[in-house]
Order: sequence, then C-alpha cells, then structure tokens
Amino acid sequence: MSEEKKLSANEYIKTRSNYLRGTIAEGLADMSTGSMSEDDQQLLKFHGTYQQDDRDLRANRRKHKLDKAYSFMIRIRVPGGVATPQQWLETDRMATQFANGTIKLTTRQAFQFHGIIKSNLKRTIKEINQTAMDTIAACGDVNRNVMCNPNPHLSEVHAEVLKVAQGISDHLTPQTRAYHEIWLDGEKIESSEEEVEPIYGKTYLPRKFKITIAVPPSNDVDIYANCLSFIAIVEKGKLLGFNVAVGGGMGSTHGNDATYPRIADIIGFCTTEQVVDVAEKVVLVQRDFGDRTDRKHSRFKYTVDDRGADWILAKLNEYLGYELGPVRPFTFEDNGDRYGWVEDKNGNSHLTLFIQGGRVLDTESYPLLTGLREIAKIHDGDFRLTANQNLIIANISPKKRPQIEKLLEQYGIKDSHEKSALRLNSLACVALPTCSLSLAEAERYLPDLLTELEEAIEENGLRHDAITVRMTGCPNGCARPFISEIGFVGRAPGRYNIYLGGGFAGQRLSKLYRENVPGTEIKALLAPIIGRYAKERNDGERFGDFCIRAGYVAATVQGGDFHKNIKPEAFATA
Amino acid sequence: MFKFPDHAPFSKEQRQSLESLLSATDAAQRAWLSGFLAGMSPAGAAASAVVSAGKLTVLYGTESGNSEALAARAVKDAKKRGFQAVMKNMSEIEPASLAAVGNLLVIVSTWGDGEPPETAVGFYKTLMSEEIALTGLRYSVCALGDTSYEKFCQTGKDIDARLEALGGKRVADRRDCDVDYEDAFSEWLGLALTALAPAGGAIATAAVAEVAAGGVEYGKKNPFPSPLNERVMLNGEGSSKETIHLEFALDGSGLSYEPGDALAVVPVNAPDVVAAVLAAAKLKGDEEIETKVSGRKLLADALREDFDITALSRSVLTKLAEATGSDALKALLADDAKEKLKEYNYGREIVDAISDFAPSGLSADALAGLFRKLPPRLYSIASSPLAHPGEVHLTVAAVRYQSHGRSRKGVCSTYLADLAKPGAEVPIFVQPNKNFRLPADDAAPVIMVGPGTGVAPFRAFVEHRAATGASGKNWLFMGDQKYLFDFLYQLEWQEHLQSGALSRLDVAFSRDQPEKIYVQQKMLEQSAELYAWLEKGAYFYVCGDATRMAADVHEALISIVEKHGGKSREAAEAYVEDLKKSKRYQRDVY
Repeated sequence: MSEEKKLSANEYIKTRSNYLRGTIAEGLADMSTGSMSEDDQQLLKFHGTYQQDDRDLRANRRKHKLDKAYSFMIRIRVPGGVATPQQWLETDRMATQFANGTIKLTTRQAFQFHGIIKSNLKRTIKEINQTAMDTIAACGDVNRNVMCNPNPHLSEVHAEVLKVAQGISDHLTPQTRAYHEIWLDGEKIESSEEEVEPIYGKTYLPRKFKITIAVPPSNDVDIYANCLSFIAIVEKGKLLGFNVAVGGGMGSTHGNDATYPRIADIIGFCTTEQVVDVAEKVVLVQRDFGDRTDRKHSRFKYTVDDRGADWILAKLNEYLGYELGPVRPFTFEDNGDRYGWVEDKNGNSHLTLFIQGGRVLDTESYPLLTGLREIAKIHDGDFRLTANQNLIIANISPKKRPQIEKLLEQYGIKDSHEKSALRLNSLACVALPTCSLSLAEAERYLPDLLTELEEAIEENGLRHDAITVRMTGCPNGCARPFISEIGFVGRAPGRYNIYLGGGFAGQRLSKLYRENVPGTEIKALLAPIIGRYAKERNDGERFGDFCIRAGYVAATVQGGDFHKNIKPEAFATA
Repeated sequence: MFKFPDHAPFSKEQRQSLESLLSATDAAQRAWLSGFLAGMSPAGAAASAVVSAGKLTVLYGTESGNSEALAARAVKDAKKRGFQAVMKNMSEIEPASLAAVGNLLVIVSTWGDGEPPETAVGFYKTLMSEEIALTGLRYSVCALGDTSYEKFCQTGKDIDARLEALGGKRVADRRDCDVDYEDAFSEWLGLALTALAPAGGAIATAAVAEVAAGGVEYGKKNPFPSPLNERVMLNGEGSSKETIHLEFALDGSGLSYEPGDALAVVPVNAPDVVAAVLAAAKLKGDEEIETKVSGRKLLADALREDFDITALSRSVLTKLAEATGSDALKALLADDAKEKLKEYNYGREIVDAISDFAPSGLSADALAGLFRKLPPRLYSIASSPLAHPGEVHLTVAAVRYQSHGRSRKGVCSTYLADLAKPGAEVPIFVQPNKNFRLPADDAAPVIMVGPGTGVAPFRAFVEHRAATGASGKNWLFMGDQKYLFDFLYQLEWQEHLQSGALSRLDVAFSRDQPEKIYVQQKMLEQSAELYAWLEKGAYFYVCGDATRMAADVHEALISIVEKHGGKSREAAEAYVEDLKKSKRYQRDVY
C-alpha cells in the first residue's frame, strides 16, 4: 500500500456501482427531494444526465421552506450531429413539455435539455430513446458523443465519414444493461450472471474521453482540443484514410499550474477500415495507463504529455499488432462554420443558421423555436448540429426550398447570420444559472459583451473580419476558450481572465493576457488592440497571430508552456 | 318583539313597559337579568318556581363545529328553563328514533351547493327518503348558512319541511341564519324554547348568571388581537401560486387549540375595494351613518371594518332593488329568473350590481343597508401547540382573479397577504372542530390526504404526533401545481422523514407534465399498501377542496377497498361508510 497512491473517490464509486447501477432506481423513487445521492450523481453522468440546481434561486429557497431548485440536464447523443425532422420535432416537444422550453445545441454536436425535474427524468430519457436517440455515455468516464464534420455539400466523403463516426460511437458504447433497466424498463439480469464490459471493464476510463473526425480544410470540430481525432485525408474526392491525433484537451483549474489545456499531437495515419480498431486501442491505452489517482490529471492529454507522443504511438502499435502509417499532409483553414445557403451537385440546398449561444428558444422578437418547428414539419432532409453551436437545415429538396424560405422569412430566421463576423465566430458555454461549475456568466452575458466590442469592431471597419471569441464560466473549457483568438474564462461573478493569441484554425493555444478583469473593463482593454490590428495587420494576418507579433502575449507552443511567459502586467490587480 | 303570555302576573301597563324595555335588550343582557332576578328571589321561592319543562333533544349537524357549539348553548339555556335537554349529533342517531323524542330542536348548517354537513349526510338521506311517522313530535329548526351561496340554508329548509311532512308540529318558525348568526340564533332559541315550554309553566331559571372570570375573555365575541409574528411565502420564485405561512402569537390570550381545529380571522376590507364600492355608489366615504355595532361612524370606515361589501346574494340584490326600484333588477329577482340570477351572480360582486342597477348612485344609508356583517373566515390550523407553544400557524392561499373586467381578491386571504404586516395585530379566535381529530390511540397508523393548503392540518398532525412520541406510522399524500415551486413545507417534510415522524410521503404535482396528476392517482398507485394500512386500523383523513378533490379521493378509496379487499362495489362502500362511522375516516373540506 505504502508506495501506491490512493485511487480517486470516483474509482471506488464506479467499482461498487455494479456496472453503473448504484442506487439510481431507488433515488428516482424518493420524491421528498429533487436531488439524488452524491454517488448516484456521479453515476448518472454515464447515463447522460447531470444533477444541477437553479443558482439564480439559491438564495431564497430556504426562506420559502423549499429545498434547492434541483433539476437535471440531459445530454442527447447525436453521432455526427445529424437528426431527422422527426427527431427535431420530438426534441422540441420534450424541451417544451419537460425542460425549460429551450434546446441547447452544444459545442459537441449534442442536444441539451435543462431544467428536467426528477419526476420527469426517467420518462424523458425513455422518450428520447423512443426517437432513436439516446443519452448513454453522453457524459461520464467513457467515450462521449463522436463529433463529425457536418458539412453536407462534401457529400461523397461526408457520407463515408459520418458512417465512420457512427461506427466508432457504436463500438465504444458501454454494454452495461443498467441503462436499459433503469430508464427503459428493461429486464433485470440475474445477479449471478457476470456482466461484461469488454472494452471498459468494471471501472471504465479514468476520465471522460472525446473523439472527433474532421474533413479538411475545415477544423470545425476542433481536433486539437480532443482526446482522439481523425483527420480525413481526401484525394481527388476519394477518402484514403485518416491521420490520427491524440492528447488534446481544454480543462484546467484556476491557480493550479499542473493543469493546462493541450494541443493534440498528430502521430500517424490509418485506413478507413482500421479506424474503429485504432479508436478502441487508443481507448485501451488510456484505460490501462491513464492516471486514476487524481481526477485533475486523469485526462488522456496528461497521459500523452507525461509519457510522450512517441511512447503512446509505440504502445498503440503494440496494442494494434500493426503500425500506423506516416502522417499525410493536410491543411486546415479555420474552425468556424460557413453560414448561409449552399447548393450541392444533386441540386439539394443546405442552410447554415447562426444560433446565438446554441440556444434555441422563442422570444417575442425572435420565435426561433416555433419557426424551426414549422420548418421541421415540412422538411424532407435533415438537421445537422455543428461543433460551433449552429444548425444546418440540410438536404432541402428543390421542391421544398421555396416553402422553407417562406417560413424562414415569416419567423425572422432568414437573416440569422446578418451579424458581425466577430459574433458569428463566437461560442459560449451554458454556465449560470444551471451549471454547478461556473464561476461567472457566459451564455447569458457574451451577447451583451459582443455588442460592446462590436462598437470597436465597427469603428475600425472590421465587421466582416472573422475573429474567434469564446467565453466559458469556468476553466473546464466546454466552449474551448483556450484555442480561440480571444478567450474569456470566468473567475468570479462578473470577472474574467482574458486570453489572446489562439490560432484561427484552432491549431494554437492562447495565453493569459489579463487576469480577473471586470466585465465592464473588457472593452476598454481590447478596443486599442482591435484598433491597432485594423491598422497594422499584415495582409491576411489573423487577430491571434497579430496579438503575438505585436507583443500582447507570447505564443503558446504546447500545453506545457501555457502558464509560462506570461507578462507581469497580466497579473496587475484590477 | 318581546311578548309576555297573557297569564303573566303583571298589570297591562307593567306588561307593556316591561315588554318594550326587554325588547330593546340583547340575549346576553336578558340572560344576565334572568340570573340576577333569580339571585334576588328568596331561596325557596326560586326553587319552587322551577318546574320541569319536559324532555328536549337538541339535534345538530355540523361541519366546522358552529352548529355543535350552538347546540351546546341551546342545551344549557334549555336546562336553565327546566328542560331535561340532551344534545345529539346527526351522525350518531337514526331518524326513526325521532318518533320518541317529543320535543326537538334542530340546528344544522348547509355547505357548498346546498349540501348537508359531511357528518350528517347519512341522517339526511335516510330522513328524506324513509317514511317515518313523527306525529307527536314538536320541533323547530335553526338553519345556518351563507347568503352568498345560491342554496342558502337548504339543508335546514329541507329538514324543516320534511319533519312537517312526516307529521311533526312546527312550534316555532324556522330561522335561517347568515354567517353572522349570533343574534338571529339567540332570538330563535328564546322563541323556540318558549314555544316548547308547557303552557302555564314558569320560565325556570337556574341561578347561575354567567360572570366573566377576572380578566378579559377572548373568543368569538371578543377576538384576540394577535400579533402576527411571521409571514412567509411558501411558493418559490417562478410559481403562479401565492401561499403564505403565518405565525400568530397567543401569549396572554387564554386561547388554546388542538390539531384539527380551525382559526377564525376577522379581516377588514382592502382600501381599493372600499374605494370601488364608494365610487360605484357615487359617494365619498366621509358621510356619517348609524351602525348597529359601533354607533355613528364614517361610511368609509364602516365599509372597511364592519360590512361584507363583496359577496353578492339574493338578499343583497333584494335590498338593492328596494333602494333603487330598478325594474331590471326586479326582473332578475323574479321567481322564474333563478337561472339568470345565478348566472348574473357568478363572478360578480356587490360593486358590479351597484354599477349595473344604481347607475346614479345610492345614499350613504341605502348603501350601508345593503350589507351584512363582515364575517370572520376560518382556516385549518397548521401547527401543533406542543411543537409551537404560544403560537398558532396558518397556511393560506391568496385568492386573486379577474372577472367581468375587474380584478378580484379574497377578502381575508388578501387581508393576510397584503394588509396584515408582521408586527400588526390580527383579530383571531379558535373554532374547535371535534370532527377532525387525531386517533386517541397513539399506535394507530394515520393516512393523510391534503393537496394544496389542505396540507395545513397535517403539518399540525405530524408535528403533534412527533411531540407526543406517538408510535403509529404516518403517511402523507400532498400535491400542488409544480414540484419546484409549490412543494409546501418541503424542508420540514424532509426533516420529518429523516426523524421518522413521517413514514411515507407521496406527492402529486399537476402541472409538471402534459397530463394532470392528482393525489388520488398517487393513492391508486399505492393501493395495495394503502389497503394494508386500513386493515391495520389506519385512520384516513382528507383536507382541502370539497368540490372535486374530496369526491375523487372518496371514489379512489372505495375502489381501493374494492380491489384489494376483494369486495363488491356495495361492500366497499359499506366498508368506507363504516370507517366514517367509527371516526376512522374524517374530512375537513371546504
């Protein structure tokens, strides 16, 4: 015992959970409280749901003799981000009937519901499954939703790539019957019967695991920020296979320099037939070598960083029984979405809509939820969720297009992307009031902050110049703030760390520019930089690159130097 | 009017002046006077004057306890007059036994849409349907009711007519009393007892004039001005409900209560309601009027403090018709226009009627003449005196709604929600309810069904059983609109579950999902267990809405007994009826 470090608490919870059952079923039956036991809260993540409480209401609940306003977030897996109109309508219905009347399109191409109370949790998950979607492994220490480039106008390759994404997703889905028993009234397995979780085993992975597939030149899925990514290598319209990237990740903790975001290393190439096998073996390497003693050091990026990408490649080749090929050349141009209409070779149309903060809801001036519902009712193609919280109404037949255009006009959605390029390249996580981790506002505040920044943008004639800007309420990085050109990360209510210098295509980490800045002072800090960028930039120079050249921040080469070379004035107390 | 019998030992002049003098006194003064005179008489003379006036049964049917309290008073007064009087609850007597009682006084209230009180339903049904010969019965009926209901005093009216139809002799006219029944009841009682007394018999008086003990006595006639200690909103932000928890101090009041009792609150009318009535009548409020209770008074003050200025009734409209001579109103009050009247009254208040039928306004006296006395409102007490010594708690839902273009509000609930600020004094008194009591047996299990503010007495029950260390298990069904915002006393229930004071809790929230879910569904979901509890001797309590909930819960109870007792529908109904008879099924519904 003496030398061995103690495993983190979650490892014991997983071990004694009987393959993720815990006491979830019993907890759901207790209606005196809207919450679940601490252990079950951890296990529920594997089933795709987080317990939360409305933090806006926390202060007064006890005065009303009421418990905290507990509710659940449910994350719906949408492999590749593709949903049928029927699935859209059902998602809309459930959001209206059981959730808070909104659908959140996440930064990982999932639907999220917020505000589901405990008495509706089982029913909602059951109904999600009835629509041929699910929630298992949407969260938890397993492989999550597999992301995939959704641009349908790359049709031949896209169809193939989507299939690969679904193949990986299926292969890595946990096999436990617990999900079916608890949520779908599935039959209980005899306790004597040993359950097999062939890939994960009893304790699953040390931490969450994220996989993406990108089709260059678009890096919309942000392959550098994920545990494992596949980069499609296409030659003359033909899919040859994929480069393999490992060890990216965003999460870190304020004040803890042992935690840092990291850019993925591209370590080799595999054929399309090998992808599922490679994915499995990378997962196994992390299962066997990931750190299970410290959850702040258990993501795959630390395994890669601690042992080196070469070691990972060697171990992977050993697990595979064959070797990955050499990395093939490719180029990423950006990590954003292309808004507006695109027509493909078959004559079908695709419309990418800008969805502010990924939040689909009705307001008096903008009935987005209703408009999309009316479109879904007649749409004969599908809906595609992008990694940038946006929505593509895809594969619209020539016959339907006029009708859909009419509805877009009627509900004021037509001009969703008539916004500044800054806003169109923005992302925000959910944060307050539901996320228990957030230290400051994000989704509810970024739109207003952007309005302030747009004044500087307009003054300098940069309305059409894309700058990626991302805000999260905490440093766990759901909106991938550390690879954007401008990143705001919540420190405390109304205060943010500002990061600059990220790569426009998501290929470079940013660096802390100022710490703990009040929201009211952000514009004053950034306006001069924006002004200089407008005047002094080189031809085609991106804002992130300019910030480094102009000396606002030093370039961050890899996770290890994320906390290094920070200018002293970054810590000037505001 | 006071009238002596012809044989009274006075000269004509003496008689006239005594009669006129006594007519100006109230019941309490007369009671005092009779005791005083009895005390003045030489001992022997007083004793010899007491003649047995015969047997008398005082029969009551009660829901809130008012009829019961009045029956007790009737017995007391009757005994003073020499009757051998006993009181009987309708729940414990068969109508057939009335044939043998001789003299009978009936005091019965009416609820909801002309219904008898819960405990009197069986008696009423039998009396109305069975042919019983009641020749030889001498009786009089006092009916309690509320003129704001269409079928005012219906149960009393029915029983009065039925007793006559079965051969009984009505010796004194029925008296229909409104919510402010004190004077009417005293008058009726005096007349009825006089009429029942054998001719020639002197009025017997026991020399026990009631003298108030030392200090001030608080009660119905003299409500205690209780400091409101605390007022808490029980619904969370985001709720469409407004339920308040109130804590009143009882220190120095001498008032006591038991779980199951009700607390009466004497409200005042809201300033905007007073203003609206004055505006409709085209009056300013600074006019002086003569009031029965407090003499000359400013109209606005009287409207605020003394009168029921909202509840619309045939009685109010009749007075308004007299004051205005409105033909339209007379037409509405015609015998063949009952449906139209009902329709008109629905959702309207007195202010609407004044606007509609007295467009040029009313004189101050005519306006004041429309109203009845502002009645106190009763609320089921939400606290155990053992858990909160010196305090009494209420759970009150503020009633607010829109109708006919005006915003309306419940007089007392919004008085408590808006006007009675913590620290203010609120006039209260305790209204005992013996028909809603915890089991005497501490080991008996208890099932409580109390959605909405119906949960109030069960808070008292659970606290009380915890405080007395009662070993019986306690199971609560409650509900409301939304789990997150309307789970009344959620933290307290959690503590009671933790400590074991509450054994089970099932909740039904109607608006959390597309279909409505109510407590009776939760009962049905747990039907096997619920029946097992009943078989173990559980007491079953229901509190809350009378119109829908109580009936639905009753139906659910029968079907549970049917299903798990393997009984026919009839047998299940009989089982539930037996529960009622043995007081194991008690309701406090409104």
